[in-house]
Amino acid sequence: MVPLSWYLILSAILFCLGVSAFLLKRNIITIFMAIELMLNGVNLTFVAFANHWHKLSGQVFVFFVMVVAAAEAAVGLAIIIAVFRTRETLNVDRVNLLKL
Amino acid sequence: MTVFLIAAVLKIVLVVFLLLTGVAYMTWLERKVVGRIQNRWGPTRVGPFGLLQPLADGIKFILKEDMIPDSAHKGLYVLAPALALTMSLISIAVIPFGETINVAGANTALQITGVVHPAGPTTDINIGLLIILGATSIGVYGVALAGWSSNSKYALLGSLRASAQMISYELALGLSLVGVLILAGSFSLRDIVDNQSGNWFGFIPHWYIFPQFIAFFIYLMAAYAETNRIPFDLPEAETELVAGYHTEYSSMKFAMFFMAEYVNMITVGCVATLVFFGGWHGPHLPGPALFQAILPVIWFSIKIFLFMFLYIWIRGTLPRFRYDQLMAFGWKFLLPLAIANVIVTSLIVALRG
Amino acid sequence: MVHQVLFIVFGLICVAGAVNLLVQRHPINSALSLVVVMGALALIYLLLGAEFVAAVQVIVYAGAVMVLFVFVIMLLNAGAEEQSRGSHVALWLGGPGVALLAGLIVYLMVRNQRQFNAVSIGNLADVDKGSNTNAVANLLFQKFLLPFEITSVLILIAIMGAVVLARRES
Repeated sequence: MVPLSWYLILSAILFCLGVSAFLLKRNIITIFMAIELMLNGVNLTFVAFANHWHKLSGQVFVFFVMVVAAAEAAVGLAIIIAVFRTRETLNVDRVNLLKL
Repeated sequence: MTVFLIAAVLKIVLVVFLLLTGVAYMTWLERKVVGRIQNRWGPTRVGPFGLLQPLADGIKFILKEDMIPDSAHKGLYVLAPALALTMSLISIAVIPFGETINVAGANTALQITGVVHPAGPTTDINIGLLIILGATSIGVYGVALAGWSSNSKYALLGSLRASAQMISYELALGLSLVGVLILAGSFSLRDIVDNQSGNWFGFIPHWYIFPQFIAFFIYLMAAYAETNRIPFDLPEAETELVAGYHTEYSSMKFAMFFMAEYVNMITVGCVATLVFFGGWHGPHLPGPALFQAILPVIWFSIKIFLFMFLYIWIRGTLPRFRYDQLMAFGWKFLLPLAIANVIVTSLIVALRG
Repeated sequence: MVHQVLFIVFGLICVAGAVNLLVQRHPINSALSLVVVMGALALIYLLLGAEFVAAVQVIVYAGAVMVLFVFVIMLLNAGAEEQSRGSHVALWLGGPGVALLAGLIVYLMVRNQRQFNAVSIGNLADVDKGSNTNAVANLLFQKFLLPFEITSVLILIAIMGAVVLARRES
């Protein structure tokens, strides 16, 4: 038997690793992937609690989180492509002025 | 529990061995049939009727020099064919070949992931069909990474086109199966086949091809595009992009891509048989008990063989689509048709009560 | 026992993938380690009895969203990232901040461990009618119908936005 807190601790570790990757990395796409990692950690919490309280609403909410993450990934990557076309760089430190 | 594990390991070994032998002899069949369609013999020299040709090809692949281009990303270069082959082989684990058989006193299901209950029907994974779709989705990585890690422009273009084609047709593939799922009510492959037993008027079987012929048509075309076969094989055509995403691959790694493509074809044939043609159900033939025990597997194999023959026949007959025609066909024709099929099927099922 | 071993194995794969995402310099390696994390998470969802969510995670998240990431990395031909540092504030405040957050959450979980019962493999909720998929579908189309319709409109807007933003000026 695995205590529920183990699942929650794993989810917290994934979330915190996502936050650190978000703060430490300099490539826009990698920062975006760190956001996806955070969302995955939160999904794990939802599913773990759905199992714990025997309510399936947690799993349905995971479904919605995935859909929103997919929509956000599509639009975000389109923005990154548009930024790359003008700035020719993916380094987030060089995209710091509104003027080209 | 240990009986289940031992039976599972034996089944895995047997099925993988049979599958890889089947793949090897499919290459022989393809060369022979395409040769005959093109009014020539095909392989005839190595062994009677060229039957040892796959063996000779295998020896050639093993002994050929294994090159890795200098500027390739080595880790991904080696990972891509292994990923493609692994994902193709995973789908076989959930495919049922028949009912249970009794071997040495133990009942075991003719399916790697099937569980026999002492008092009750055989069950298998609840989400069997979704696992096959999932393995197909991850298989796209093999193609995408192969082209990119080769660090060559033909390979990159070919792999981008191939993976864009594969993810576009995955939608039509999944949606075409939804019609059958509405009728069957379950994702489990064994349940889908069990719902197709029985006949109308004594001889027309309850197969899902009859209500869902449009879905079968969509599934077949989407599957041809998924497995990168003619008429959708622009990404790997020799005359177009050198050889597409496997331009820079040689010997064993190329053989792994080759095997992955044929295993995918066999999986598509298996799923089409299970979902649309009643799986292992067939007319009852008289015979001894051993024959009756393996009769379902024989019917299943005959149906898969017919699908493979259809693949090879179409390869020898049709020209290939241009890339923009291919994408337009997938997005503008197959996808709306699949959605319309789902709507009509669910309306009819809902109105019937 | 088997449950604990399986959970520890998959959990370690998850954490190793996440650490690899942090450590790798080339974005394609980070993308592939994120795919590994998602695959291991799908296996953990199977342990928690959420089979439909596990399948959707593999098909949609690992098999479509991450393919999109890999495509963009391949198209833009992003090389290994340089070690430029804009401002050090993120590092000096963020590092200890994240460690503090992680430590706080772990401490709270361990302290409240008695209130959280143990999880056993695969047991689930309300599966009186059919499988997990049936139950999730019933919930999705009856109780959560409005969010479902709104998310479909959201996806439509996202498609239009992505097409408009990524188009070349002609």
